[in-house]
Amino acid sequence: MQELLSGQGLACERDDRLLFSHLHFSLNCGDVLQIAGPNGTGKTSLLRMLAGLLPDYEGEIRFQGELVNDNADHFRENLLFIGHHPGIKLNLTPEENLRWYQSLYRPASDEQIRQALAKVKLTGFEDVPCYTLSAGQHRRVALARLFLQAAPLWILDEPFTAIDQGGVKEIEQLIADHATQGGAVILTTHHNLSLPVELKVIDLGQTVQLKIEGDDD
Amino acid sequence: MAFDKFWAWFHRMGSPKWFYEISGRWIPWFATATIVLLTVGAVWSLAFAPQDYQQGNSFRIIYIHVPAAILAQSIFFSMALCGAIGLIWKMKVADMVAKSCAPIGASMTFIALFTGAVWGKPTWGAWWVWDARLTSMLILLFLYFGVIALQSAFDSKQSAARASAILSLVGVVNIPIIKYSVEWWNTLHQPATFKLTEKPAMPMEMWLPLLIMVIGFYCFFATVLMMRTRNEILEREKRTQWVQGLLSK
Amino acid sequence: MTEPVAMQTDSNAISSWRAFIGTFKRDLLLVFRRRSDIVNPLLFFTIAVTLFPLGISPDAVFLAQIAAGVLWVAALLATLLSLDSLFQQDMADGSLEQLVISPHPLAVLVLSKVLVHWLVTGLPLTLLAPLLAVMMFLPDAGFGTLFISLLLGTPTLSLIGAIGAALTVGLRRTGVLMTLLILPLYIPVLIFGTGAVISASQGMAVTGHLAILGALFLVALVSAPLAAGAALKISLNG
Repeated sequence: MQELLSGQGLACERDDRLLFSHLHFSLNCGDVLQIAGPNGTGKTSLLRMLAGLLPDYEGEIRFQGELVNDNADHFRENLLFIGHHPGIKLNLTPEENLRWYQSLYRPASDEQIRQALAKVKLTGFEDVPCYTLSAGQHRRVALARLFLQAAPLWILDEPFTAIDQGGVKEIEQLIADHATQGGAVILTTHHNLSLPVELKVIDLGQTVQLKIEGDDD
Repeated sequence: MAFDKFWAWFHRMGSPKWFYEISGRWIPWFATATIVLLTVGAVWSLAFAPQDYQQGNSFRIIYIHVPAAILAQSIFFSMALCGAIGLIWKMKVADMVAKSCAPIGASMTFIALFTGAVWGKPTWGAWWVWDARLTSMLILLFLYFGVIALQSAFDSKQSAARASAILSLVGVVNIPIIKYSVEWWNTLHQPATFKLTEKPAMPMEMWLPLLIMVIGFYCFFATVLMMRTRNEILEREKRTQWVQGLLSK
Repeated sequence: MTEPVAMQTDSNAISSWRAFIGTFKRDLLLVFRRRSDIVNPLLFFTIAVTLFPLGISPDAVFLAQIAAGVLWVAALLATLLSLDSLFQQDMADGSLEQLVISPHPLAVLVLSKVLVHWLVTGLPLTLLAPLLAVMMFLPDAGFGTLFISLLLGTPTLSLIGAIGAALTVGLRRTGVLMTLLILPLYIPVLIFGTGAVISASQGMAVTGHLAILGALFLVALVSAPLAAGAALKISLNG
């Protein structure tokens, strides 16, 4: 099993508050990792840290055995991060939004973009400005990137927000497919995942407690 | 070898605790030096230095104006330097020193402006003249205000330190450009008969007390800087064991 | 298990130049969808210039003297006020973090955004300025230099201003703060911009001024996107 991403002794402090520390994990190709825990335990901070948006952390993050900071571009080319905000411009159409994203990564033809939008059930909405769409549809536009970017590592912060039940099923299937094809997914969600593949879980609520009990330095 | 030693020292500097202890030992020395130098300098410059043949006694204000103006600029440079160290090596102490620099520098700039205005009244007959040096000082004061305002606008202390480090670095790049452009602008608009500083070769008994005052101001800056940084360290490290231990004593 | 997804190692397909163009097109498109962003700075520029004859004196000889300074100050303020929103939308909708974690130098993407900003504010201001110069009785000899000095100077204003916009984008109260940070840095551009126009009006040589404005532009072009990029990363951490 090939290791894709690993963290050693990760700790995060925000505004003088220790969110978590001594966090270790290892993510192999084919893994789906859920970051769980109640609100305010640092789930989003951990995801942002892993995506490279949080420069202040302790510990080491390695991508394919190499420190991410040593070869940041290689890591970023292989990462697809969808954050809390979907990153969709309301004044642009779904197609235009995706075209911009693809300019940052690999070029995609209009046909590919249309197919991706069809897969997230947005056929017929390709050419309308996003401000006429619902919040769930915005999220779907962002999720259409999952079909376009072909990055092995997905980091998804609450990908099911505002998505209807049918959509959740499809995205779960998408995540499972990505994993069986050898990709890896890290995500946070308050939703009970039902995946056909094994799910790894890091519960930040627990790691903090463990830390308080077991920490003697 | 010497290089290794330097790095070891450099990293020790990065520890707030070490800085707190070492500065505690240094402060009395710097404070004493400040008092001695400023007293000697003040008495010498006000009572014994000869009068200026053109301006009479009013020229004596340069013994405060010039050191304050020199300090105002070099504090900005120190602030940017510490900011850069904080940015590159993520050294907390450097961030705190940079933060402590800003208000001291702003005060020095204000003193330079104020003394310039006081000197201007008998010399130019007006409290304010758009003299090149005074205008540059005024802009420097604006730059300090910017850094201080940015520092207080952030909730996170770390982000505040980094953002103001970037701003002070941008400022440092700009200070020579601003100075040059203001001097150029000044010669274009009004050839002043008296310049605040460009003195034709000052006699020894005039500039020696000035030198003492400048060194005295530097010692004063060092003393206040260490005191402010110590406060900042206590404030930021208040949850650590060593500060707790210090406070419970 | 199956083979891992093919790692993307060939960097040919991912190009920073394409990212630059893509971001440029996106921002330009966004501006054309919200045209008020182009019109408002121009209106501000016009109104601000109008205030001077009203506030001081409509005397042609007097106005001719202050014309260069008034036009430059008004253009500078118009640029500054429009810069406020340079990164704000991107911050709010999450596309700023996508810019930061994209596999490109952030400075390149910042430069692309600044270029769009200049095209929709600095350039129109430069084109409008001669018209307002007529109303301000600028001597005929100054018109060409006014145009060229603004053409060289406004990109510098956009570049320097981007640093201020990047430093303040994560903050709640930004407007005045950003002005406070950036205005002192604009002074050299203002001095040499107006200096050039005044010299030209008096029939003196202006190549020196314009060379300095050009040099300032080059310095800003090289360093401002880097500083703004570093500032954006900090702002994302609020």
